[in-house]
Amino acid sequence: MGLGSDMYRQQILDHYKNPRNYGELEDPDFTHVGENPSCGDTIQMEIDLADDGETIAAVRFTGDGCAISMAAASMLSEELHGMTTDELDGLDTDDVTDLLGVDVSPMRIKCAVLGRQVAQDGAKIHAGELDPDAERTITEE
Amino acid sequence: MEAPEQYPFDVAALRADFPILERSVGGDPTTPGEGPDDDVDLVYLDNAATSHTPDPVVETIADYYRTYNSNVHRGIHQLSQEASVAYEDAHDTVADFIGAAGREEVIFTKNTTEAMNLVAYAWGLETLGPEDNVVLTEMEHHASLVTWQQIGARTGADVRYIEVEADGTLDMDDAAAKIDDDTAMVSVVHISNTLGTVNPIRELASMTHAHDGLIFADGAQSVPNRPVDVVDLDVDFFAFSGHKMCGPTGIGVLYGRQALLESMQPYLYGGEMIRKVTFEESTWEDLPWKFEAGTPSIAQGIGLAAAIDYLESIGLERIEAHEELLAEYAHDQLSDLDGVEIYGPGGDERGGLVAFNVDGVHAHDLSSILNDYGVAVRAGDHCTQPLHDKLGVAASVRASFYVYNTVEEVDALVEAVTAARDIFA
Repeated sequence: MGLGSDMYRQQILDHYKNPRNYGELEDPDFTHVGENPSCGDTIQMEIDLADDGETIAAVRFTGDGCAISMAAASMLSEELHGMTTDELDGLDTDDVTDLLGVDVSPMRIKCAVLGRQVAQDGAKIHAGELDPDAERTITEE
Repeated sequence: MEAPEQYPFDVAALRADFPILERSVGGDPTTPGEGPDDDVDLVYLDNAATSHTPDPVVETIADYYRTYNSNVHRGIHQLSQEASVAYEDAHDTVADFIGAAGREEVIFTKNTTEAMNLVAYAWGLETLGPEDNVVLTEMEHHASLVTWQQIGARTGADVRYIEVEADGTLDMDDAAAKIDDDTAMVSVVHISNTLGTVNPIRELASMTHAHDGLIFADGAQSVPNRPVDVVDLDVDFFAFSGHKMCGPTGIGVLYGRQALLESMQPYLYGGEMIRKVTFEESTWEDLPWKFEAGTPSIAQGIGLAAAIDYLESIGLERIEAHEELLAEYAHDQLSDLDGVEIYGPGGDERGGLVAFNVDGVHAHDLSSILNDYGVAVRAGDHCTQPLHDKLGVAASVRASFYVYNTVEEVDALVEAVTAARDIFA
């Protein structure tokens, strides 16, 4: 079977059906939304920073999309806890597929990395390094 | 519904013309062509997006490149003459195929989208104003919807949409209300690429003409699989694409009534389309060349004519019957599955495609799992985003059938859908 055949392992289905950290924060330091219009996948990430202004203290996400995008966002939300914003910025595609623990077929990478991109762009906007009016968060071509 | 036992023609023999149907999939999708890891039989059900090309059409195109490849028109040498004759004759073949008066009414374009844009720019931008309206349907493909939306924004013309009923058919009372004396153009899809609805073009044409408007039917999903006659349909403009009907990509057709085309200014300027050019001004070539600026898609035009010959050798009535048989069977089999929602009209009143969703499974996940079973379908909004908004879903999965598809392939689809549903259960 193809590359995608292993994509829907139990762990991914579990995170899809029971997403962790799903919801909103009361007073987040920043909130950011990204969307892949052709899929219809939408993810919102809300993040609280610790008093040092760089350690991630709490993460919540909401979204609508395929199992890959939702499971990746759910797994990422657990991983981000305690990470610094610099460490968040350093996360690449391989880090996300490692989290998922499966070979993601090339056509579905955009789904897997949407949550990561939303968190990264949100942190950059919060730090004044990205203009939210100039750049949309999107991971499809 | 029992599986149909008899096809209107010999599908097994016909499949031999399409070697691609014999390949396997499942390996590395980043390297084109069959590879060592491809180990699942292909079940190709993405024909509404593009159909496969039979050997006789591939051979016709190869023969052009191997033996008389040359630029058309204005060449005195023999190869150019041969290419010109074949390219021009292709227009006649298309004209005969759709019931047009002659090649003057048949303009070769890149695809249906370009045909739509040609009319929108050459007729719409020149003619429309704030007092006019353009009537579309809620089930328009983006090719029509986005194009007229832009022309509306530039000219001030009001763009309105005939509503789609819950059963996937057009609300004809709404059509009667929206088409009025200010309607300059009604642009409507013949068969919806998402719902499979076969729209009543003749009735809409009659309504439109009663108000002195023009009607443009998008035949991208109808011409490939049923007899179409533009005079019988009573349309002013009509368009379709070669690659959805056994032809190559890069070739489409705009049909227009000759008097209308005569009255329109060119859409693209340059070589091929001119008669006389001075530093000050230019005059235009006769129809249809006036609208075919630059070196055209010569091999593709000749290939389209070969595709038409191929379809006619099967018989368009028989193709339609085969398509209906598969669509009805697929509709019935999928309807029997719990949690499957199918969009559009019932099984016996649709074109050869079925768009659906499985409860709790995103269309892209469903499509990924179907791909593991070798089943190629389309997942997404099928270039009908506003219609999907109306259906209340972000995306759907669409299986679409063509001449070479079989009942067994529909069974493979249903088996894969069942497996996907079980994975997510």
